[in-house]
Amino acid sequence: MTAETLRQTRDAELERRKGIKNRIACCTVAGCESAGSGEVRAALEREAAAQGRAGEVEVRGTGCMGWCSRGPLVRCSSNDTIYAEVTPADAPALVSGDAGRFEGRALTTEHPFYAGQRRLILRNSGHADPERIADYIAQGGYQGLLKAVTAMTPPDIVAEVKRSRLRGRGGAGYPTGLKWELVARHPSTVSYVVCNADEGDPGAFMNRSVLEGDPHRVLEGMAIAGRAAGAEQGYIYARGESPLAIERIRTAIEQARREGLLGSRIFDSNFQFQIDLRIGAGAYVCGEETALIKSIEGKRGQPAPRPPYPPESGLWGHPTLINNVETFANIPAIIENGGDWFASIGTASSPGTKVFAVAGRVQRTGLVEVPIGTTLRTILSDICGGVPEGYEFKAAQTGGPAGGCIPAPFLDLPMDYDSLTRIGTMMGSGGLIVMDTSTCMVDVARFFMEFCMDESCGKCIPCRAGTVQMHSILERITRGEGSEADFWMLEELSALLREASLCGLGMAAPNPVLSTMRHFRGEYEAHVREHHCPAGHCPIHASEEVHS
Amino acid sequence: MSLDNAAQMTDPREEALERAMARYQYSGDALIEVLHAAQQLYGYLSAPLLRKIARRLMLPPSRVLGVATFYHLFRFAPAQHHSAVVCLGTACYAAGGTDLMATLRRQDGDGGWTIEAGRCVGSCGLAPIVIYDGKPMSKVTRAQLEARIKETHDSGNTAPDAGR
Repeated sequence: MTAETLRQTRDAELERRKGIKNRIACCTVAGCESAGSGEVRAALEREAAAQGRAGEVEVRGTGCMGWCSRGPLVRCSSNDTIYAEVTPADAPALVSGDAGRFEGRALTTEHPFYAGQRRLILRNSGHADPERIADYIAQGGYQGLLKAVTAMTPPDIVAEVKRSRLRGRGGAGYPTGLKWELVARHPSTVSYVVCNADEGDPGAFMNRSVLEGDPHRVLEGMAIAGRAAGAEQGYIYARGESPLAIERIRTAIEQARREGLLGSRIFDSNFQFQIDLRIGAGAYVCGEETALIKSIEGKRGQPAPRPPYPPESGLWGHPTLINNVETFANIPAIIENGGDWFASIGTASSPGTKVFAVAGRVQRTGLVEVPIGTTLRTILSDICGGVPEGYEFKAAQTGGPAGGCIPAPFLDLPMDYDSLTRIGTMMGSGGLIVMDTSTCMVDVARFFMEFCMDESCGKCIPCRAGTVQMHSILERITRGEGSEADFWMLEELSALLREASLCGLGMAAPNPVLSTMRHFRGEYEAHVREHHCPAGHCPIHASEEVHS
Repeated sequence: MSLDNAAQMTDPREEALERAMARYQYSGDALIEVLHAAQQLYGYLSAPLLRKIARRLMLPPSRVLGVATFYHLFRFAPAQHHSAVVCLGTACYAAGGTDLMATLRRQDGDGGWTIEAGRCVGSCGLAPIVIYDGKPMSKVTRAQLEARIKETHDSGNTAPDAGR
């Protein structure tokens, strides 16, 4: 493909759309799919044909529209409205444009759920058909790659990314530009670009939604990274549990190859770049970069000591640039609009937007994209409608098994990397789970420790044995059989795991325990001293009877 | 019997597996890809199958078994007639996933079930989730699950995947 053919493809698609009065987009991804979007889409297609409007009404599958708890969601382009809880019986009204029957189910862009968001990464998700490359190109896709290849040198690209001050969206928040520079400066002739799509945190599904809703954006970001780092081969390491995302990546790679956007002589230059897909097989630890590298090499996904870091010695010993899905998804817009534009969004130290997967005890759950630094209160109350009647907010959990919780006094905390770290949690990949007063925080800590215990790869002893010990202490406390010494032991073990574990999994495993002990110490004490679970969740009474 | 023999002689799965290995030029680096392909074809990874893969990729059998057992998604025994995966991600756990798990375990008297705890399936807005015989059920209550199980039993407990 050349600059000229890219423009032609774009114009042809925009021209084609002019003839279509209404583009009906059906969300076809996980949440809506389990709510029955497949039948809705089939009914819409049948209805369009039956009403003889097949030419002017176009029915398409798209990615996530955000408000997952009210699926299946359908968007009509004629009035830019999203309809919620659509059933096949609604098809005739949607096709004929009769909005009367959707009382209370029609959501416009002014609805607080959408009005409060700023969608950059999810811009196309829910609008474009992720299975058609022409849709992505029509939305301005591959313009960033065109600019990176034809108008910029690799050092220019790195400088632009540095200027944007983009930080890695995988959780740790390492400056992306610095990472790129390390790989680009390495004298090795072979280097790799790897996209970490092994999103394993329970409660996190942002990356999967980006891949399902807008896969080409990630491919474009990776190709730009390849140009900047001098790499000719990229890998996407996807989670085996996300079959639709895998399918969509496969389709997208194939289309991009066919169009010459991947392969050799991209945009008639001497730049060449290939992307291959690698599928994980269900090991949480493979989200850790050195373990992920081992897994791509076909080995057991056990982490390696760092240094050397992957930018020096990664895949097969070559310099490797590893970024998360959301990080790559930010790149095309940064290159197209400039790093300064990006740096003006969000906060000074954490620019840009972040996608959160909101779940748990709030009115509206789903995917929410906001500028970094938006307060938790804005996200939960304004956008997500707050906690439902009859429940009381207790804490929000972020960062999954490596994170911690944010209790009610910190609701006005800006959600950025540094503020979250200061109160003992972390941004993580973006899972945000709201808990009400019926959730026991000791049990939450136990739940995450059980997760880490199961997922510990077993290579280093602090993590392998430490998670087991911590889990048994926490279990003892939830049974009402804990003692005062357990607090001390939990703190001691936490320090040990943090200091001595080989990789992030073990180092971060104590975080949920430390965070809940910090903010909900009283709850731990009630379990130990009064043999009582304040949330009424732990089955203490049953076990007391057995022991007396 | 004769049918079985005929099937063995021209087992299309063998050819498909061979094709999958050839696609990666029989490289040991592609072991996980090959294991995925093998499990998709045969349903699970038997010892002879693993030995064969080791031979074809020229890897020590210990490496193949070591890798296969490291990852949760690989199975070493055939799947049962029915399957249920209860998501125990944070949202589903908080919404009562463990209770659903116990409900399923209780009714598995005849052992015809593969019951698994799943990692987050990413439909947290619809928690709790149970993938029942391959189909997702959302916002599941215990009563709903029990009704569904009864339905399955009443329909004669025939395997939904019979003939696969």
